[in-house]
Amino acid sequence: MISFFNVSKVYPNGVKALQGVSLQIEKGEFVFIVGPSGAGKSTLIKLIYSEEQPTKGQIYMGGRSILRMKKRDIPYLRRQIGMVFQDFRLLPDRTIYENVAFAMQVIGAPRSEIKKRVPEVLKMVGLEKRMDNYPYQLSGGEQQRTAIARALVNKPSIIIADEPTGNLDINTSWEIMECFQKINDEGTTVIIATHAKEIVDAMRKRVIALENGKIVRDEHRGVYENAVT
Amino acid sequence: MNTGVYMKMLLLRQAYYIFQEVGRSLKRNSLLNFAAIGTTAISLLVLGVGMLLVINTNEIAKTIESDIEIMVYIKHDLSEEDALAIEPIIDNISGVEKTTFIPRDEALKSLVKQFGDEVEESVGEENPLPDAIKVKISDPREVNTIAAEIEDLPGVESVRYGGQDFVKKLFSLTNWVRIIGLLLIALLGLCGIFLIATTTRLTIFARRREINIMKYVGATDWFVRWPFLLEGIILGFFGALLAVVVLYFSYGALVARIQETITFLPLVSSTKVLLRIFEGLLVMGIVMGAVGSTISVRRYLHV
Repeated sequence: MISFFNVSKVYPNGVKALQGVSLQIEKGEFVFIVGPSGAGKSTLIKLIYSEEQPTKGQIYMGGRSILRMKKRDIPYLRRQIGMVFQDFRLLPDRTIYENVAFAMQVIGAPRSEIKKRVPEVLKMVGLEKRMDNYPYQLSGGEQQRTAIARALVNKPSIIIADEPTGNLDINTSWEIMECFQKINDEGTTVIIATHAKEIVDAMRKRVIALENGKIVRDEHRGVYENAVT
Repeated sequence: MNTGVYMKMLLLRQAYYIFQEVGRSLKRNSLLNFAAIGTTAISLLVLGVGMLLVINTNEIAKTIESDIEIMVYIKHDLSEEDALAIEPIIDNISGVEKTTFIPRDEALKSLVKQFGDEVEESVGEENPLPDAIKVKISDPREVNTIAAEIEDLPGVESVRYGGQDFVKKLFSLTNWVRIIGLLLIALLGLCGIFLIATTTRLTIFARRREINIMKYVGATDWFVRWPFLLEGIILGFFGALLAVVVLYFSYGALVARIQETITFLPLVSSTKVLLRIFEGLLVMGIVMGAVGSTISVRRYLHV
């Protein structure tokens, strides 16, 4: 579903974020991307949804090169990807319902479909009773679940989360991970960049470890740190 | 559903959303919008004043120009036929638009008519006036050369024409007014665009989170741009409207006052011309709003 071939990214300020990264992620996989800060996790994610362009290499998604994609087609690429961020990125002046509906409105979904779909996803993340609340009235975990609902609402084939539990305590982090597991169980590919060692170790998913812009480890049923090194 | 109908529905839904967004933003940033409308109005007002100034000086110059004519006096000893023969020669000179022959009897008659019988008495039997030809020329700037050419013709006693220095000065004045007016218009136009750009930049800044999210969930650039473009256009339009209203009433009052005291000044007051100016200002306001908001939204689209 997603393929990187020898991808390098050098930022204009000279930082080599990625160096010769090749990887393949299949449909329906659950993947953790781990590594110290500055290892290139965020850059890898930005390349997938085409916020940044690689300096070298080729990236395919669903058999299409996203580098050869026209600029006006990028919005449609992004509609296949649901993004979740560390800082939730909710709109403070809109209710939970409106925050989720917003993602459907901006791609021109019919109102009848919005009315049907939004409660559906909110129920899936367990927020059906909080629909009319504003983000500030919610806990961090609930806010992040709202963000997940928003990422899901347009039925993307991939969910990408950049440090989704970075602002949350460990119990809440587990809630969020269970949420991602549920999404993955329904067939959606899930890619999570994270520092949450305990969770990665417990969940035994595929782990791709980055260090200094290179893949140092790629294991199925992996853990956060290799016990040997 | 066929794609045409589907596209239409998609557009309608998006239009609904866009108008909702515009309304939301206009309500939320009312003070800022006030400032944008005010500054646009001021720049367009000065622009309108400049336009009226140019148009009026042009009008005055044109009126004075059309009044310029050369009076050609024929030698007194020439018979009327000989004098009449000079007319077609003058008519053939390039730059001459129209000639009118005024026989000496007629000239006397109009003098008598103007000043009464005393003139007739003092003149006596013999008519002292010469035959004359009134010459209208097409370009008043050539009045000097044409007059000189006519003066050299045989049978011509003298030529008289007035106001050529005045016309020259007026011409250089209108040229300057035109140039300065254009510069002023360009400068103020840029100022207006800059001000609207700044204002929309502030509203965009206030909404950068929304734009950011929109980009992440896959909104097209045009979809993000439309509300701001519309907002800019609305601000520009209302700014222009304000300028037009102020201009309309103050100019009307000014013209009325001036024409009370200086009756002969040919000021432009035809509604047709004024409407054209007002139309122009409204279009300018809309263009300024569109350009200004486009400039400021561009930066935030690169996500």
